[in-house]
Amino acid sequence: MMPASFDIAYALDGFFAAFFVLFSVGIVVARQMRGALFLFVLHALALTASAIVLAIALDSPHLGWVALITFSTKAIAVPLVLRWAAGRKLHERREVDHVLTITFSLLIAAVLALIAWVTIEPLVQAIPGRPFAAINLPTGLIAIFFGAFTVTVRREAMVQLMGLLVMESGAFFASISIVNDLSVIAEISAAVDVPIAAMVIGLLIRNINRVAGSTRVGHMADLKEHN
Amino acid sequence: MSPTVTHLVVNLIQVAFLLVFAPLLKGVLERLEEIIQGKRGPSVFQPYRDIYKLFGKDEIVSQDSTWVFRFAPIIHFVMPIFVVLLIPALTTMPLFFAFMGDMLSVGFYLSLGGFFIALAALDTGNVYGPVGASRSRMVGFLSEPAAILVYFTLSYVANSTIPYVVTASWAQSWASMLEPAHLLVVIAFFLLILADEGRIPVDSPSGKVEIAMIGHSNYLEYSGTSAALIKWGGALKLMVLMIIFLNVLVTPWGLASTLHWADVLWAIPKVLAKMFIFLVALAVIESSLAKLRLFRIGEYLAAAFVICLFAMGVRLVGIA
Repeated sequence: MMPASFDIAYALDGFFAAFFVLFSVGIVVARQMRGALFLFVLHALALTASAIVLAIALDSPHLGWVALITFSTKAIAVPLVLRWAAGRKLHERREVDHVLTITFSLLIAAVLALIAWVTIEPLVQAIPGRPFAAINLPTGLIAIFFGAFTVTVRREAMVQLMGLLVMESGAFFASISIVNDLSVIAEISAAVDVPIAAMVIGLLIRNINRVAGSTRVGHMADLKEHN
Repeated sequence: MSPTVTHLVVNLIQVAFLLVFAPLLKGVLERLEEIIQGKRGPSVFQPYRDIYKLFGKDEIVSQDSTWVFRFAPIIHFVMPIFVVLLIPALTTMPLFFAFMGDMLSVGFYLSLGGFFIALAALDTGNVYGPVGASRSRMVGFLSEPAAILVYFTLSYVANSTIPYVVTASWAQSWASMLEPAHLLVVIAFFLLILADEGRIPVDSPSGKVEIAMIGHSNYLEYSGTSAALIKWGGALKLMVLMIIFLNVLVTPWGLASTLHWADVLWAIPKVLAKMFIFLVALAVIESSLAKLRLFRIGEYLAAAFVICLFAMGVRLVGIA
């Protein structure tokens, strides 16, 4: 590999990593369900783009498969499942409940990102010979944090599911820089898990919606008996 | 020609470039928005006609106003002209004012104009003036931390706070343009430009309802020459921000690398072409988004701040 083309690949990977983080933080703070879903698709596209860059730069056909599988599951199948799970709610109710205000959530997201960068630093040093790990490991960890944060601060089952999927994408984003020769079977089995998990939780959300008439799970605390 | 004279000539060309084309860019932006929204609006030269007409009109000044009211339009008009002497408007070669002020002073000059306009709005005792003044100050002080962080991130990358040096450091290679820190700073700065200029997600420039105005109700009391200066000054400020955004950050190409006058003049159409593309993007954004509620502007600017913080973090941990 020529150093010049490696530089370009590294820069491109960083470029998509920045978008990946940006869209992840967008999902944390998006006010409307449709907006969050749109950001989720963009987020999956950034992951796909990074996988393509890595596939070309590391000359690894496996990562090409990863990109294809990621695109078909995360950018197409999962959003369709989410749309189906939300049903008419997606267009009906626009606002999503937050535990924290958006401004405060944004600041916490910034702190989480800094924590991710600082904690991952020794790990990046510990694995030499994986040039893209310097970008992908911290970015993936940030997305994992943001996903967990979304699950915590959103009181909406749909967006919480998106948070879980963001965590999964984060793990994927980190792992493609370390492991680039996993067999395709393993990739496919890992990738198929995602829509199935989305499907199962989607079914649950639809049932919640049918029984409770809403997917605002924050309100379900009222159902508890107070003693 | 001696170098000093050359520098002076180029500086004058820069100032003339700003003064002549700023109203045109405003006209083009308005025309583009009308095309996108399916309206039949006035021609792109309408801002020139407006300014010419206002210069010929009588000026009415409230008896209760002080010197601040008369003084503010002049400051508002002059500050962008100062700024264009400090930034790479047409040349990548530093001109002799280049090292007299850095990016912080650019921010200072631009906010000084806003400060005087806010004072003048309070000065007349108009009902809507103070409302607009306090709102525009609110947007100002919320965007300030993000703006300062943008400046610091840029100077951290270029190891200098001088705009010319920043341009040179980005222009080195394509790879440096793709850096995550660069992308994030560009996005944050774009959000700040929209907030600072009172463009759509923050304020509606074509709004006619005083009660909903943020920055625009500051100018309600002005007439005649002062109104012309305010209008022209607003166009100059938009153009200066576009120059900073395009020539320093996004596309640091197409500028003259020598001080020969032909080179400098040839840079004008290239810079205008970049600005046209920027205006198309701006018109699309303005036509497709809705105005934010007043108390959501804080969230919008917090997003800009956090994006900057990411950019700074990426640089600090040395990922790219």
